[in-house]
Amino acid sequence: MADSTLYKYVLSLGDDALVSAQRLAQWTYKAPFLEEDIALSNISLDLFGRANLYLEYAAELKGGNTTADHLAFKRNERQFTNLLICEHPNGNFADTNVRNLFLDTFHKLFLEKLVESKDKQLAAIAEKARKENSYHFRHSSSWVIRLGDGTKESNSKVQTALNNLWMFTGELFEMNKVDLEMSSQKIGVDREALKPQWKSIITDVLTEATLNIPEDVFMTSGGRDGIHTEHLGHLLSDMQYLQRAYPNAAW
Amino acid sequence: MSTTQETTFQGKIDKGLKIEPRDWMPDKYRTHLIRQISQHAHSEVIGMQPEGNWITRAPSLRAKMVLIAKVQDEAGHGLYLYSACETLGITRDELISQLHTGKAKYSNIFNYPTLTWADIGAIGWLVDGAAIVNQQSLRGTSYGPYSRAMIRICKEESFHQRQGYEIMSKMANGTPEQQEMAQDALDRWWWPSLMMFGPHDLDSAHTSNAMNWKIKRETNDELRQLFVDRSVKQADLIGLKIPDPDLKWNQETRHYEFGEIDWDEFWKVINGDGFCNKERLNNHTTAHTKGQWVREAALAYAEKRNNGVNHE
Amino acid sequence: MNNNELPLWEVFIQPKTGAQFQHCGSVHAADKEMALQNARDLYTRRQEGTCIWVVKAEHIISSNPDDSESFFDPADDKVYRYPTFFKVSKKAKGL
Repeated sequence: MADSTLYKYVLSLGDDALVSAQRLAQWTYKAPFLEEDIALSNISLDLFGRANLYLEYAAELKGGNTTADHLAFKRNERQFTNLLICEHPNGNFADTNVRNLFLDTFHKLFLEKLVESKDKQLAAIAEKARKENSYHFRHSSSWVIRLGDGTKESNSKVQTALNNLWMFTGELFEMNKVDLEMSSQKIGVDREALKPQWKSIITDVLTEATLNIPEDVFMTSGGRDGIHTEHLGHLLSDMQYLQRAYPNAAW
Repeated sequence: MSTTQETTFQGKIDKGLKIEPRDWMPDKYRTHLIRQISQHAHSEVIGMQPEGNWITRAPSLRAKMVLIAKVQDEAGHGLYLYSACETLGITRDELISQLHTGKAKYSNIFNYPTLTWADIGAIGWLVDGAAIVNQQSLRGTSYGPYSRAMIRICKEESFHQRQGYEIMSKMANGTPEQQEMAQDALDRWWWPSLMMFGPHDLDSAHTSNAMNWKIKRETNDELRQLFVDRSVKQADLIGLKIPDPDLKWNQETRHYEFGEIDWDEFWKVINGDGFCNKERLNNHTTAHTKGQWVREAALAYAEKRNNGVNHE
Repeated sequence: MNNNELPLWEVFIQPKTGAQFQHCGSVHAADKEMALQNARDLYTRRQEGTCIWVVKAEHIISSNPDDSESFFDPADDKVYRYPTFFKVSKKAKGL
C-alpha cells in the first residue's frame, strides 16, 4: 500500500527534529564552557523528544509493526526527508548558532500555525514544541547578537556562518506536493507564507547583532525528496550502527 | 595560627556543625578541600567523555535521551562542585588550569575506554554505583557548600545506576553476542571500579586528617566493602559473573571477601600512563581553547552593552 | 593566567509560586541574560522552580562570622517577640 500523504508529512517533520537533535548531541563535552554544554544538550534533548513524538505518530500511521525506532534506525539516506540545513555539520560555535537561529525562527512561525492543525495529534505535538522552541530561539538569537556585536573575530566568524548557511534557507519555505495537500486540508502549514515574517525577524536580530543579511544567492534543496548532502550518510551510519550491526537484538 | 581559633574550629566539627565559607579554617583544611572537591568536579566533567562517546550511537531513541540526560547531569554535578570549590577562594580558571597542567587529578576510572554499548551499562551500574556509595557518605561532610552539593547530587544520581543496570540486564538476557558484551564489560570494569575507592586506608596519605575534620565520614575500605556486598548480589541476579576467583561469602563477618587489587596498575594510571589519559585531557584542553574566542566575544559584548555589569 | 573567565553569579530559585527564594548555587555568565539562561538550564532541569533570580556574586554583602555574637546574640533575650510570651485568657478568641 502506498504511504499516505499525512504519513509522509509527519515523517518529514520527525526527520527534521531527529537529524537536528543528533547534530546538537555531537557538541557534548565540546562546548566553549561547561554551562553552555548543558544548554546545548538541553536543546538536543527537547528535539529528540519532539522527534520521538512525530515518529511515533508516523509509525502509528504506517501501521503494522512499525515503531519510531524502526523509522529512526532502519531507513537509509534516500528515505530520510529532513531539510538539508538540519544535517549541516556543526562547524564552530557561530555556525551552530546561526543554523539554530534560522531553524528556531522558522519553527517559531511554523509551530504557531501547526497548533491550529485540524489533525489533533499534530496540533498537540506543536503545542508542546512551541514552548520549547521559544526558549531555543531565545538562546540562539541571544548568542548570534553576542557574537555579532562581540569582538572583530567573532563578528567575522558569525558573518561567515550566515553567508555559508544562507543557501539552505530557501528550502524552509518550499511547498512540495505533500505540503500543498496538507495545507489545503488545513492539516499542514503554508510554509511559503511564513517567509516575509521569517525574514523580518532575522533582519531584526542581525541588525541588533551589527551583522549583514546575506545577499540572496542560489538556494539549494532536495532533502524532502531524499536528495541530501554527503554529510547525512555519515550521520546515519554513526547513529544506526548498533541497530544495523545486530538486527536481531533488542536494546 | 591561633590555638583558640583552631580549638573553636575543631569544636564545631566535633559537634557536627558545618563550616561555612567565611568561617575561620586551618589552611590545611582549605587545601585538602580544594584538592578533594576539585578532583571530584574534574571527575564529573572528564567522566562525560567515555559516556559521551556513545551518545550518537545509542541504539534507541529512549536510550539516547536517557544517556544525554545522564551526561548532562554529570556536567551539572561538575558545576555544583566547581561552585562549592570556588567558595574556598579559588577561581574556575585556576581549577581548570590545574587540571590541564596535571596538578589536579580526576578519577582514574575515566581513563579506561568505552568499547561497546555494554560499557555504558557497566559505567552506570558499577562506576556510578561506586560513586554513589562515596557520595552518600559525603552528604555528611563538614564543609557546608560541599555537603549541600552532595545532597543535591545524590538526589539526581539515583536514576544513573538504574539506567546502567537496566542496560546490563537487557544485554545479559539478550542474544549470545549481547551476553558476551555484557560479561566482557563487567570483566573490564570490575577491578577499576574497586580502585575508585582509593588505596587501603593504611596507604592513603589523606585519610587521617580527612577523618578528623569529618571531610570524609567513612574509610576507603569500609566504602569499598559496602560496594562489593551490593554488587555481587546484583550481578547474580542477571546471571553475570564477577571476575574474581577469590570472591567468597564470609558467614561470620556477613561480608564478601575479595581478591587483592592490582595496585601497581592503580598507581600507573594515576601517574598518567593509563589507556586514555592523554586523550581525555587533550579533548578537554581543545574544547577550552577552541571556546576562547566565544568567551572573549561574550565578555566584549557585555562590556559594550553594559549588560553584565553594575549599572542599568 | 587569563582564559577569559566569565563572571560569577549567585542563583536563587523560587521552588513554587508564593514560596521564598532559596539560594542554590552559582553559575558563570558574561551577561544577565546568559546568567538567567545558564541558571535555568543548570538548576531547573527537574522542574525545581517557578522563578529565578541571579545576582552578580560581587554584589552580595555578607555579615562576618566573627561578628555573629554582636549581630545575633542580642536577640536571644527578647522573648516578648514571640506570641507565647503573653498570657491571655483562653476565652479571648481571634488573637
